[in-house]
Amino acid sequence: MADVVAVIASTHHPFYYSASTATGADRPPFADEWVRKVLAFRETLTAARPDVLVMIGSDHFHQLWLDNMPQFLIGKAPYYDATFHNEEREFGLPRMLLRGQEDLSAHLLRDGLDAGFDLAFSNELRIDHSIICPILTLRPQNDLPIVPIYTNIFAPPLPRPQRFVQLGRTVRRLIESWPADLRVAVIGTGHLSLELGGPRQFGPHGPDPEFDRKAVEWISSGDIEGCLGEVTLDSLHAPGNATHGFMDFMVMMGVAGDGQKADYVDTYDLFHTMEAYFTWYPRGGAR
Amino acid sequence: MSKYLVNKFLYTVDRDPALVERYRTDPAGTVTWWETEQANRILNCADGESSTWQRFTSAERAALTGHDYPALFELGAHPFLTLTLFIALFERDYAEPLGFQRDYARRIGHMSLPYPDIAT
Repeated sequence: MADVVAVIASTHHPFYYSASTATGADRPPFADEWVRKVLAFRETLTAARPDVLVMIGSDHFHQLWLDNMPQFLIGKAPYYDATFHNEEREFGLPRMLLRGQEDLSAHLLRDGLDAGFDLAFSNELRIDHSIICPILTLRPQNDLPIVPIYTNIFAPPLPRPQRFVQLGRTVRRLIESWPADLRVAVIGTGHLSLELGGPRQFGPHGPDPEFDRKAVEWISSGDIEGCLGEVTLDSLHAPGNATHGFMDFMVMMGVAGDGQKADYVDTYDLFHTMEAYFTWYPRGGAR
Repeated sequence: MSKYLVNKFLYTVDRDPALVERYRTDPAGTVTWWETEQANRILNCADGESSTWQRFTSAERAALTGHDYPALFELGAHPFLTLTLFIALFERDYAEPLGFQRDYARRIGHMSLPYPDIAT
């Protein structure tokens, strides 16, 4: 059976690529420290020696649109192109081609359907910055096949937070029942407090530092019960109008498991939003 | 209310560089053309299989024609779509990095929670 060798949860700041590659006067003052933190975070994945990456993110109105909007979708394709014109335009992200692990996609779809998740699928999926950003930060050599899983944190009505946790638990169980002798890392990205297109956007910090502090505590301590006790679809409007992206962190808490303390935790307080990086090694330490 | 159609305008203009420039220089003409020729297109259907009933309200048409992103926010347009397109339209007019984004926040600074409902 497959082995989940690392569970990783991260923010997906689209400006990291341009900040980290800028030189001279164009290089922002926070870039060097940001790069240092990302390189240390990257090492937590490298040390786990994965063969396959399951990548959990969310399409931001790129390929998925309101005339046919899935709640949870798994890509099942031999390849995935990335990114999109408006992400090249606004963030300077590079176009990429990723390989797919199609047999694991098929396994997650079949057994996920049987486990009570009516998963949508896509045989031709172009992926956006929610998956490309962690590839660029954590595995820039782009040498591993992926399974992309998209969640709807963006176009209401949304599934409730409990459902995101359940999805994570199910994904973990299904990967561990995949009859392949491969090492799988599960990487999911979302946001802490975030405002986009609202009056609190692009401030000197994230819009709600107190929410961010609590969120980091919930995630790093695996406190799913405490998190679900405070986080609802309604409550997530208060920290910032794009904070529903936090529910992708809740997927990863479900993957990691109840009460599982993260083995690696780091944060970086930037303008606009707080960066947050977490790694769990399910069997205690990279091996 | 046709929040869906406003979002569809923002989405389809944003993904087409030529349309972004056309909307920047001729918003009234672009909105009129789009509502007449494009609003009913179903993006994953052939041209002969379009819808027949899509149209803006007068407030939505005026907000789009006026490049009035505070009004779009108040009408419940999806804020990510509005922000992304308007960055493409107007960020170039500001000298400072993030200057437009901060001015955008200031112009809707009178809005408080709960924000207008964006559900479609």
